[in-house]
Amino acid sequence: MSALLARIVAHRLFWPVVMLVVLLVINLVAFPGFFTISVRDGHLFGSLIDILRNGAPTLIIAVGMTLVIATRGIDLSVGAVAAISGAVACSIILGSPEPGSLATVAVAVTVALVISLVLGVWNGFLVAVIGIQPIIATLILMTAGRGVAMLITEGQILTVNSPPFKFLGSGFWFGVPIAVIIAAVVFGVAALVTRRTALGMFIESVGINPEASRQSGVRARGLLVVVYTFCAFCAAIAGLILTANTAAADANNTGLFIELDAILAVVIGGTSLAGGRYSLLGTLVGALVIQTLVTTVYTVGIPPIATMVFKAAVVTVVCLLQSPTTAEAFSGFRRRLAIRAGKGAAAS
Amino acid sequence: MKKLIGLAAAGAMLVALAGCASEGGGAAAESGPKPLDELVVGFAQVGAESGWRTANTKDIQAAFEEAGIELKFSDAQQKQENQIKAIRSYIQQQVDVIAFSPVVETGWDAVLNEAKAAGIPVVLTDRAVDSKDESLYVSFLGSDFVKEGEKAGQWVLDEYADATEPVEIIQLEGTTGAAPAIDRAEGFAEVISENPNLEVVASQTGDFTRAGGKQVTEALLKSNPGVDLIYAHNDDMGLGAIEAIEAAGLKPGEDIKIVTVDAVKDGMQALADGKINFIVECSPLLGKQLIEIIKQINDGETPQKRIITEETTFTQEQAIEALPDRQY
Repeated sequence: MSALLARIVAHRLFWPVVMLVVLLVINLVAFPGFFTISVRDGHLFGSLIDILRNGAPTLIIAVGMTLVIATRGIDLSVGAVAAISGAVACSIILGSPEPGSLATVAVAVTVALVISLVLGVWNGFLVAVIGIQPIIATLILMTAGRGVAMLITEGQILTVNSPPFKFLGSGFWFGVPIAVIIAAVVFGVAALVTRRTALGMFIESVGINPEASRQSGVRARGLLVVVYTFCAFCAAIAGLILTANTAAADANNTGLFIELDAILAVVIGGTSLAGGRYSLLGTLVGALVIQTLVTTVYTVGIPPIATMVFKAAVVTVVCLLQSPTTAEAFSGFRRRLAIRAGKGAAAS
Repeated sequence: MKKLIGLAAAGAMLVALAGCASEGGGAAAESGPKPLDELVVGFAQVGAESGWRTANTKDIQAAFEEAGIELKFSDAQQKQENQIKAIRSYIQQQVDVIAFSPVVETGWDAVLNEAKAAGIPVVLTDRAVDSKDESLYVSFLGSDFVKEGEKAGQWVLDEYADATEPVEIIQLEGTTGAAPAIDRAEGFAEVISENPNLEVVASQTGDFTRAGGKQVTEALLKSNPGVDLIYAHNDDMGLGAIEAIEAAGLKPGEDIKIVTVDAVKDGMQALADGKINFIVECSPLLGKQLIEIIKQINDGETPQKRIITEETTFTQEQAIEALPDRQY
C-alpha cells in the first residue's frame, strides 16, 4: 500500500496534478457552483467547460511546443504565427462577396494553414539547415511575424460576420465546444503518431544527442524541419480558434505571450528544456493548470494589480515541488522517518 | 532598411538646415508670426496599435494638409526610445512646434529640456507626461478620462434612479496601471457612490481586448449570476462581453445592460443593434484642435495649458443616426 503511494508520489506528474486539484478546490470554495455543468441552449455550460474551451488554444500550441522542446529547441514565434493565421483568414473572409458561406471559410482556413506550413518550414530551415540557435531563429519570426499580421490587417481590428467561421471558436458539436474537440484531435494525433511509431524516440534521441543520432542513421535535419512545421501548424490552428472566438482578427493581441504560456505548460508537465524525454500527458496537465489559474483569478476575485504576483507564486511552487532537488529532499526525509520509526520499534 | 531610413532622415535634416540658413531662426515666438505654409511641425506618434490610433493619425494628417502646414510625422512603434529619437531629430531640424503622444508617462524630462533650450514649444496630445516641471510643454490636448468615467457613471445613476433593490455591476478594467483604466474607474466609482444600491460586485482587467473581455465576463457571469450591468473601459472589451453573455443564453442590452467608453465603429454598430446601451465617446479626432493650438503659438499667444477634446456620448438612437458617417 505504502509502496504504491510512494510510487504515485514519485511520479513526475504527481505535483502538477496536485496543483490542479488544489486550484479546483480553491475555486469550489470561492464559488460553490463551480463544478456544476448544465445544458443550456443544447450545449454544455459551466466553469469547467470554460476552462477546457479557453485552454484549448494553449494546449494545441503546447503540444507542438513539446515536440520542439524535446529536440532541445524552442519556438518563440507561435504567437506571431497565430496572429498571422487569424489575420489571413479574416481578411480573406472580409474580402469575399459571401462571407457567410462555408466555401469561403474553408478557403480562408486552408490558406491560413498552408501559410503556417511555410512559416514552419522557414523556422525549421533556419534551425536545421543554417544551424542558427532555435531561440534566435524563431525570435526573428516572433518579432517580424506580428508586423506581417499588422500589414495584413492594415493596423485595424478586422471584424467578420461569418457564422461558419465563428463556429470554429464558439460552436458546439453534440454539446461539446468545437475548440475542445479540435484540441483533443491534435493531442490524439500527436500522441498516436509519436508514441505508436518510432518517431517519438527519434525526436528524443535528436534532443539528447543530435550528432550520435545522425551517426546512427536518424535524419536529424528532416526531423527538425518536420517538428518546427508541425509546431507552426498547431499555432495556426490555435490562432484560428482565438480569432473565431471573438470573430475579430486583432494583430496586436491575438496570441500575445501565448508562447510563454505554452512553454510553461510544457515545463509544468515535466518535459525538460534541455531536450530528450517528453510527456504529452504532462503538457495536457500543464495547460489545464495554467487555464485554471486564470479562471481562479476571476472567480476568487484577486485584484488585477496582484494577479501577476499570484500567478508567479503558483508557478514557482509547482516548479519547486517538481525540481530534482526537492524530490531528493523528500525521499531523504522519508528515509530518515523510516529509520527513526525502525529505531523506535527496536527501543520498545 | 534601417540604413535607408537613416539616409532619408539625414536628407530631410539637410533640407531643413538649408531652409533655416536662409530664414535664420527657429522658434516662432522670437521671429513673430510666420505664414502658415512656412510652418513646420514635427509629430511623434505612439504607433498603430489600434483602430483608434489609426483614426487619430489619419485625422491629424488630414488636418495639417487642409491647413497647409508642413507635417513631419514619425511612428514610434510603441517604443519610448524611438519617440525620443524622433523628438531629437525634430529639435535638430529646428521645426516650429513639436507635438507628440507620449508612449509612457515618465522619462521625458531630458529630451523636453533639450526642446525647451532650443526654444521649440511642445504640445502633448492624447496622453500626459508625469513631470514636476510644467514649463516643459505649452499645452496638453486630450481626453479627460476621469470625466469619461463620470459620464458613464451618470448614465447608470439615471438609469437606475428608481431602483429599490441592489444593482449588481461588473467592471471590465483596461490594462492594469494604464492612465485611462485608472481614471475611468475613478470617475465611475465617484458618481455611482451617490446611490448605495449601485454596487460593483466584481472588477477585473480585460486588457482592453475583446478576447480578454470575453474570458473575464464568462467567468464572472458564473460566479455572479445576478449581474445587472457591465461597465467596460473600452468598446472592445464590451464587444467581448456581448459574446460571453450570448453564450450564456442571455440577451446583451436587455438581460444585462452594457456601458462602454470609446465609440469606435464596431462599438457603435453594437449600440445601434441594441446590444450595448450607452457609449461615452473618447474621440481620436484631435487634428482640428491641434491646428488651433499651433496657430495660437505662431501668433505669439499662449494656449491654455489643458485643453479637453470635444467629446459627446451616444444612446442607441443617437448611434443609429451617427453610424453612417462614422470614420473610425
